[in-house]
Amino acid sequence: MDFLPYVVSAWLFGVGVVAMVTARNLISLIMALVVTQSSTYVLLLAIGYVTGAAPPIFASVPSSTPAVDPVVQALTLTDIVVEATVTALLLTFAVRAHQRFGTLDPRELRALRD
Amino acid sequence: MTQRLRLVLLGTGLSTLLGLLLWGLHGVPPFGHYRGPYGQLVDTVGERERHVTNMVSAVNFDYRGFDTIGEEFILFVAGAGCAVVLRRQGDPAERTEPSGPLGATEATRTVALLGMAPLAVFGIYVVAHGHLTPGGGFQGGCITASAVVLVCLAGRCRTMRRIVPETLADLWDSAGAGGYVLVGLGGLAGGAAFLSNVLPLGTTGHLTSGGTMAVISLAIGLEVTGALLLIVTEFLNQLQRTPQEDA
Repeated sequence: MDFLPYVVSAWLFGVGVVAMVTARNLISLIMALVVTQSSTYVLLLAIGYVTGAAPPIFASVPSSTPAVDPVVQALTLTDIVVEATVTALLLTFAVRAHQRFGTLDPRELRALRD
Repeated sequence: MTQRLRLVLLGTGLSTLLGLLLWGLHGVPPFGHYRGPYGQLVDTVGERERHVTNMVSAVNFDYRGFDTIGEEFILFVAGAGCAVVLRRQGDPAERTEPSGPLGATEATRTVALLGMAPLAVFGIYVVAHGHLTPGGGFQGGCITASAVVLVCLAGRCRTMRRIVPETLADLWDSAGAGGYVLVGLGGLAGGAAFLSNVLPLGTTGHLTSGGTMAVISLAIGLEVTGALLLIVTEFLNQLQRTPQEDA
């Protein structure tokens, strides 16, 4: 199962995008974006993984222990921070859209229609 | 755009992406056999060079510390952005607090009340030990902020505002963000480059080890707690109603 984590990542991305496009509620649309973005965490962590290696934390093991890559883990942390901020900002737009249009259905947002 | 056109576009895009993805994954190292030179180097020399045991924190707060300033300011700006988009409209004097607890049941109230204190302590622990064990400012800050938000989930949003008023969250947010930059400038004052680890590194495994890393972790913890509470407060403010909005 050498490729399973990559399949999981691609699957999460696909499911998230489909859910975003077919969403009928802005909140679930934003949650779908969160799912899409979580595919990148799986991808990053999967790339940095080394079979049989320890976490890159040497609090209770000697630092010569083989460990997984700490750089991709640090990148994942950045990724999560970005996701949290994007979610917060999008939710503010959802709040404002609801106040202005009285609906959370993206198809009913008049200003966005053609 | 009709629903059908939308789905056709989605199908085309996703199948193109699938092709590109398969092509890209072809060049990815097989799962479990990654040999990134940079990560391996940090794993090998990190503990000796910086006297810390958490290499992820060593990357975030020291080796890649400059990027983490950007990361921290993303959160800072997002907090400001939420405040701008959700800015209050109408006369503040005519606003009323939401009536009654926010749908808190006896169960959520009990769990929230039980969890509050342990969560706050755990959050501060995670911030303080970021350079030793899994954790750090971002993670610990989220946990600490959650402890405060639990007060609101217990149906006491007004009490939450009393514990951490908006101005205090503002202050934490700015002090944390500014503190990080000050640590960076400290490097300059010490005659080295911006964000150089100029403080004494201490003994590996001790709370005071890691030089500037522990300070940066604390600054980020403060900033994250402040920013998250600010964002939550902004959303809570939306529940206050002005008479005009009610009409």
